[in-house]
Amino acid sequence: MITAQRKPMEEIFQSVERFGKILLLGCNECVTVCHAGGRKEVAMLASALRMGRLKQGSPLAVDELTLERQCDPEYAEELALAIDKYDAVCSMACGCGVQTIAGRYQGLPVLPMVNTTFMGASERQGVWAERCAGCGDCVLGLTGGICPVARCSKRLFNGPCGGSSKGKCEISPEVDCAWQLIWDRLKQLGQTELYTRIMEPKDWRTARDGGPRRIVREDMAI
Amino acid sequence: MSDFDPVVVVFACDYCAYTAADVAGRMGLSYPPGVRVLRVPCAGKVEPMYLMNALQMGADGVLVAGCQVGDCHFKSGNLRAAARVKRVQELLEEIGIGGQRVAMAHMSAGQGAVFAQAATEFSQQIAEMGPNPIKQGARRAA
Ligand code: SF4
Ligand code: SF4
Repeated sequence: MITAQRKPMEEIFQSVERFGKILLLGCNECVTVCHAGGRKEVAMLASALRMGRLKQGSPLAVDELTLERQCDPEYAEELALAIDKYDAVCSMACGCGVQTIAGRYQGLPVLPMVNTTFMGASERQGVWAERCAGCGDCVLGLTGGICPVARCSKRLFNGPCGGSSKGKCEISPEVDCAWQLIWDRLKQLGQTELYTRIMEPKDWRTARDGGPRRIVREDMAI
Repeated sequence: MSDFDPVVVVFACDYCAYTAADVAGRMGLSYPPGVRVLRVPCAGKVEPMYLMNALQMGADGVLVAGCQVGDCHFKSGNLRAAARVKRVQELLEEIGIGGQRVAMAHMSAGQGAVFAQAATEFSQQIAEMGPNPIKQGARRAA
């Protein structure tokens, strides 16, 4: 999922300073699962904004709505009839959702309320960790199912750097060394030959280095 | 001490604090009149939004009262409640309402005196902080 975290309240208060009535817009997908921008977080932030602004003596009217998905135009369309009532939309979706809403309602400020952080997985309840960097050419099949792009601090492709120590990465004792994990898993799988095989330099054009990416599926288009 | 009598909402777990409040009543122990006790099936049932709602509706303070650590009827509802209270405290601090307006207390069902003392002390602490600042802000804005 895409993970996110609410922005600091000071930044949020500043960004809505000039408004009197806003729509606080959540998303029912990733940001709901990582407790950043679903219905409950919308309610919490709405309440915090109302109270904070009341305290300042300049009340803010906040309507709450959570779309099924903010990054799809058909859901963005649901706002069409009511949108004129607002000075701004404050989105608690990831950056993709914010941009979908901003793209559809060009005349209205659409502001991000969360910092979109990474593509990750749940390690346990309440803990999320980065797992994929969307490089566009997945090598998990060669690395024991552990991503050297997202999980090695240096994105190394041919074994660990000299900083790997007791299974931890040199950047922090809190961070597992991805190459230690890869080695352990390859051993477990009986695939250590994959470790000694030299990986060719990666063509990063499939990742962000090739510019903004797009997927076109003619068979799905209507 | 101030003569302001704060409205304090207590979310009291049915298995401990709510019974303790009952015991306090039967023992004839008093606590400030602004303390309103609401029964919940477990402190872990208290969503962060309940605390925000209470404050938004004009409460001056909110206390979540659950079982002693290790004694939760549902194993860890009281610990989860404490973690949520902490999170709400941080948010209230960030928005200038004051994190100390919400708090967590632990007690067992028979501890009527502990309930009365926790309610009294928390109410005094809120009285010292003064009324919920949104009330004055709302008056200024009106
Ligand atoms: S190799 Fe690329 S696509 Fe595969 S998990 Fe890592 S970043 Fe994601
Ligand atoms: S210690 Fe391991 S994870 Fe960290 S940079 Fe070196 S190889 Fe990558």
